[in-house]
Amino acid sequence: MFAAAVFLAGCATSGNPKDPIEGFNRAMYSVHDGIDTVILKPVATGYDTVLPDPVQTGVTNFFSNIGDLMISVNNLLQGKVGDAATDLSRVLVNTTVGIFGIFDVASSEGLTKHDEDFGQTFGRWGVSEGAYVFIPLLGPRTARDTVGVAVDLWADPVTHINDVSVRNSLLALRAVNTRANLLPADKVIEEAAIDKYSYIRDAYLQNRRNLVHDGNPPARAVDE
Amino acid sequence: MKWLFALMSAMLLSAGVIAAEQPDELVKTVTDEVLTIVRNDKDIQSGNAKKAVALVEAKVLPHFNFMRMTQLAVGREWRNISPAQQKTLSEEFKTLLVRTYSKALTEYRNQAVEYKPFSLKPGETEAKVRTLVKTPNSAKPIELDYSLEQNAGAWKVYDIEVAGVSLVTNYRDSFASEIRNNGVDGLIKVLQTKNNSGGDKK
Repeated sequence: MFAAAVFLAGCATSGNPKDPIEGFNRAMYSVHDGIDTVILKPVATGYDTVLPDPVQTGVTNFFSNIGDLMISVNNLLQGKVGDAATDLSRVLVNTTVGIFGIFDVASSEGLTKHDEDFGQTFGRWGVSEGAYVFIPLLGPRTARDTVGVAVDLWADPVTHINDVSVRNSLLALRAVNTRANLLPADKVIEEAAIDKYSYIRDAYLQNRRNLVHDGNPPARAVDE
Repeated sequence: MKWLFALMSAMLLSAGVIAAEQPDELVKTVTDEVLTIVRNDKDIQSGNAKKAVALVEAKVLPHFNFMRMTQLAVGREWRNISPAQQKTLSEEFKTLLVRTYSKALTEYRNQAVEYKPFSLKPGETEAKVRTLVKTPNSAKPIELDYSLEQNAGAWKVYDIEVAGVSLVTNYRDSFASEIRNNGVDGLIKVLQTKNNSGGDKK
């Protein structure tokens, strides 16, 4: 009921075409920021302080290696067969020589890491972004990327591990590690933004457009 | 007398050479110089903001065109702003960007920078220098692109894009809504408050 009221208030106030439900999103952003301040950030900071940097890099690499499998699938779905093959080679090299992905040997051998997910694949297929939404814990998304993330999770090997405690531990570790890797960016945004909500939103939208077009987004009209 | 003339023309010549430095060389020289200093300075590494800001002001600032940056961030309202307000606004925006950049420098000091191939057609006055930044915590390098324009013989940076995110146009919406609600002076005030806050409050 409360959410619905906020939602309607949001619809009434926002005049920004790329963020039609801004009022609702801002409310969700405050919820997220609250949870982050009280739980996520302190846990991630503790993790970051306790864990030696090489270990943290190992954790990042381990999950990055699992991610390469999904990146390969997405590159294939986007018709980028060469990139998909590189991703698979990365998984082969890193899982064996890199000991279950803990060391990213492939990168030093010139096998470039890519960044793909189902949201980008849908974008490549011509699905438009849809409205911007801020989801607590998940962060900024567009309607398209929200569906994308659902498919990402559905296809994610970690979510398919049968042993519940192993699965949950891995999911928790991945979440904390991801948050810890974002700590430096946090400080920069804190320094840069005069309105954190819109700063994060606009950065997210620009970044996603860049990713969908693999670093060469079509130029947008810039009025001076 | 002749030697003096020779000396002076040599100095002029070298000044000319510096001014005509290609955009990619300029970015590389400045980046390498700044990163070398940061890597050898324990104070900056442990988060001494004052020292980081001083470094950026001395080494990076002269190569940036802040008037153009501010104009880009403000967008179409720019022409409705008086020259005095434009100046104040760009001064405040400069302070904000310098602090942001200094912060990024201390947070991301363990980076290795790679330069993508660059070519410039003769007579071209706009250029984009593309670099890749490798950090230990991400296998995928971050794209860091500099947009430069030639101004009175020297190349100046007017935008920086991190992973496709323009540090300048990313302000456009918040600037526009501030101007819409509280006018240009309102925006100037917001920037001043932000710049005086120390930026460390959560």
